[in-house]
Amino acid sequence: MTTLTENPNVAATADTHHGPAKGLKRWLYTTNHKDIGSLYLWFAFIMFLIGGAMAMVIRAELFQPGLQIVDPHFFNQMTTVHGLIMVFGAVMPAFTGLANWMIPMMIGAPDMALPRMNNFSFWILPFAFLILIMTLFMEGGGPAFGWTFYAPLSTTYSSDTTALFVFSVHIMGISSIMGAINVIVTIWNMRAPGMTWMKMPLFVWTWFITAFLLIAVMPVLAGAVTMVLTDKFFGTSFFDAAGGGDPVMFQHIFWFFGHPEVYIMILPAFGVISAIVPTFARKPLFGYASMVYATASIALLSFVVWAHHMFTTGMPLFGELFFMYCTMLISVPTGVKVFNWVATLWRGSISFEVPMLFALAFIVLFTIGGFSGLMLAITPVDFQYHDTYFVVAHFHYVLVTGAVFSIIAAAYYWLPKWTGVMYDVTLAKAHFWCSLISVNLLFFPMHFVGLAGMPRRIPDYSLQFADFNQWISIGGFAFGLSQLIFLALLIKACRKQGKPVDAKVWDGAEGLEWEVASPAPYHTFSTPPKIK
Amino acid sequence: MKLIKLFACVAIAISFVSNAADKAVEMPLNMTKGVTQISAEVYQLHMTILIICAVIGVLVFGVMFWALIHHRKSKGAKAANFHESVKVEIAWTIVPFLILIGMAIPATRTLIAMEDPSDADLTIVVTGSQWKWHYQYFEHDIDFYSVLATPREQINGRWDKGENYLLEVDKPLVIPTDKKVRFLMTSDDVIHSWWVPDFAVKKDANPGFINEAWTKVDKAGIYRGQCAELCGKDHGFMPVVVIAKEPEEFDTWLADKVEEKRKAQEEEQRLLAMNMTMEELMSEGERVYLASCASCHQPNGMGLPGVFPGLVGSPIALGDVDAHINIVINGQTGTAMPAFGKQLSKKEVAAVVTYERNAWGNNTGDLVQVKDVHEFVKRSL
Repeated sequence: MTTLTENPNVAATADTHHGPAKGLKRWLYTTNHKDIGSLYLWFAFIMFLIGGAMAMVIRAELFQPGLQIVDPHFFNQMTTVHGLIMVFGAVMPAFTGLANWMIPMMIGAPDMALPRMNNFSFWILPFAFLILIMTLFMEGGGPAFGWTFYAPLSTTYSSDTTALFVFSVHIMGISSIMGAINVIVTIWNMRAPGMTWMKMPLFVWTWFITAFLLIAVMPVLAGAVTMVLTDKFFGTSFFDAAGGGDPVMFQHIFWFFGHPEVYIMILPAFGVISAIVPTFARKPLFGYASMVYATASIALLSFVVWAHHMFTTGMPLFGELFFMYCTMLISVPTGVKVFNWVATLWRGSISFEVPMLFALAFIVLFTIGGFSGLMLAITPVDFQYHDTYFVVAHFHYVLVTGAVFSIIAAAYYWLPKWTGVMYDVTLAKAHFWCSLISVNLLFFPMHFVGLAGMPRRIPDYSLQFADFNQWISIGGFAFGLSQLIFLALLIKACRKQGKPVDAKVWDGAEGLEWEVASPAPYHTFSTPPKIK
Repeated sequence: MKLIKLFACVAIAISFVSNAADKAVEMPLNMTKGVTQISAEVYQLHMTILIICAVIGVLVFGVMFWALIHHRKSKGAKAANFHESVKVEIAWTIVPFLILIGMAIPATRTLIAMEDPSDADLTIVVTGSQWKWHYQYFEHDIDFYSVLATPREQINGRWDKGENYLLEVDKPLVIPTDKKVRFLMTSDDVIHSWWVPDFAVKKDANPGFINEAWTKVDKAGIYRGQCAELCGKDHGFMPVVVIAKEPEEFDTWLADKVEEKRKAQEEEQRLLAMNMTMEELMSEGERVYLASCASCHQPNGMGLPGVFPGLVGSPIALGDVDAHINIVINGQTGTAMPAFGKQLSKKEVAAVVTYERNAWGNNTGDLVQVKDVHEFVKRSL
């Protein structure tokens, strides 16, 4: 600890004697950003499997027309809890995990700025989801009103376990806000000397902007669930016309949270892809500055488009036009991003390692989700698409082949850095191809089913939809099972089975994280590195 | 445990692969053109945007795959080092923006037309309730409920499924062709959404508020849709069926309906003077119960614990008769129990109350006659 090596970037190896505690206590009491990052990532993966299992129940029931496996009430609980778990339990914690692991290493900081709060923000999460999942086994069942919990279905017409749902969402919100504060404070204060704003890696930039979105909108969600709670149990009438309230106001409040929320789930993904593509194209990102500005524009626009989820609620014409135009505008900065990635690939020296495969799949499939998003923005046509499987196809393209694929890409990109060994590449490629094929079998036909008129969130459907739903279900089971390959691979890698890797795992990689040893020592950058 | 059982069933479901396919009806692969001028415009817009997106997609992915094929390291490609170009960045900001303006103009035009329900020839109040639609012809004294007609046995797989499985109702909405029909949407309980794809009309029915929509159908026929907004347990089981008739035929239908209503009122008067037997009341009561009550309270009267109360041994079903009639007719505010007073005739209320008081071991022996219901209504006025 006392001696500094010539190159401060590898100084971290000096504190190996200051390693982690042993056993369970290490994980319970840890304030180390890498430990907490691992906890977040494993938690997210477990939630991904649980939420996925619920999707399997949904797909099994929809395998053929008629009611076979679950009753409609339980079906609604499955769609609701699947959505809540995937959004709040899988995608968001996974990105927080990546932020914990990577942001301090990318900006040359020794840890997150608020390590004890970091521990706390993780450890309340398992309780939130325990409470949520417990409600499924209680009298009245879990939440059955969709992850969007529209009033009055979630107030007067819901079961009493709604109170636990509200409590659970509160805990998730507190956790997210603490995580976001930590990210902002860390990036603002703990950058190594010379790491100016416009030198920060894009993953840091996108997370920085995401954290502001989180702080802005999670309290709005907390307000929405609290009003649901008091409407249901304490006789208020925020959303009840009989008492002077308005059920549509609920939707405005919810989507004022909900729309920035979807960008919370995709902006860090843009950061990941912007790290991976230049590495394997061996060429700098085409437009770094424009990527930063595009991210910021998307974040700002996300606050003025929320009502595009509500075109059928009976908005005035002016409102519909305003939200249609603003929503269409979002495709401009999003387009800038896609064009930039493609321009980065152009005349590069491209190779197809597994993280690159997932990143390329992301670019194509996320763009398809972007196109359907643009179609959904056009109000008159949205009247036909709204609340059909076309919407389900759209948001699964942006969230599964978008956000989730980027998380998987990130895991394959940085896993060797975390474990110090190269994972089983054969398994990884099998995981990629199985996922790619099955995910498209799962979600692509949903576009057609939606255009043909199948509403979402129904447990049974008319006969014309039978064939397509069967294919979709088969795709769903295959995609679910494909993730077990990933599980096997992760277990192998965490047990350090594989060839040891160098500090710079990928020959084209740039950034501070590649200058520390692999596996990354428990403490890195105790002395700040010098940035060129 | 429940979950584990479910997963076992997944495996069984897979073995049914061939089952569903034999009766499958052909599914269109694109949005319907529909049968109104608006729905045709919407289809046109949809196709325009789809084609623009497809062209952009082909161009962008074309460039990308060209790079992936030709600029590969394994082919000896050396990386260039160009980056940052303000000109290019401005170009790929401006060009998409111009394309967007091109899309927004026709979209705005269609939207303005869709949102103009003025000068309607006929107004229909559409009220959603869990889980059926109520239609009231504003200018005529006619109203009725429209409930799913698909038998439970088809849903549970005991019977073969019919051609219009889940898209059939007992009393469809009837509208005239070539007339501007205005819909006023509202709801008795949660939010529903009334959707007929062939009209390109989808509008939420919000409790306590009224929304407007309109259509002008060009072609006589039967058009089917569904509730589009999650509205609780049986959201998937509240279809919309609209029959569009030529104006003359529509007028005939309307006259028949008025006559039908008058006859029903006469029948009610006649029943006031009569006593029905237990068997008559029970069999009529069972029919009404299965049609109107069973989706919540369940066919066996057990309800869904924590969501819908059971009626077996319940204080309402075993207690005061008037209180029982009251909850059926007026509902229970603050709960999911709706008021059935508008929906059921007095005879039906009498029968269903009798049934609930004597079925599933609720052996109170109480007989509720039409006149009892009539007197209750008179007293509570």
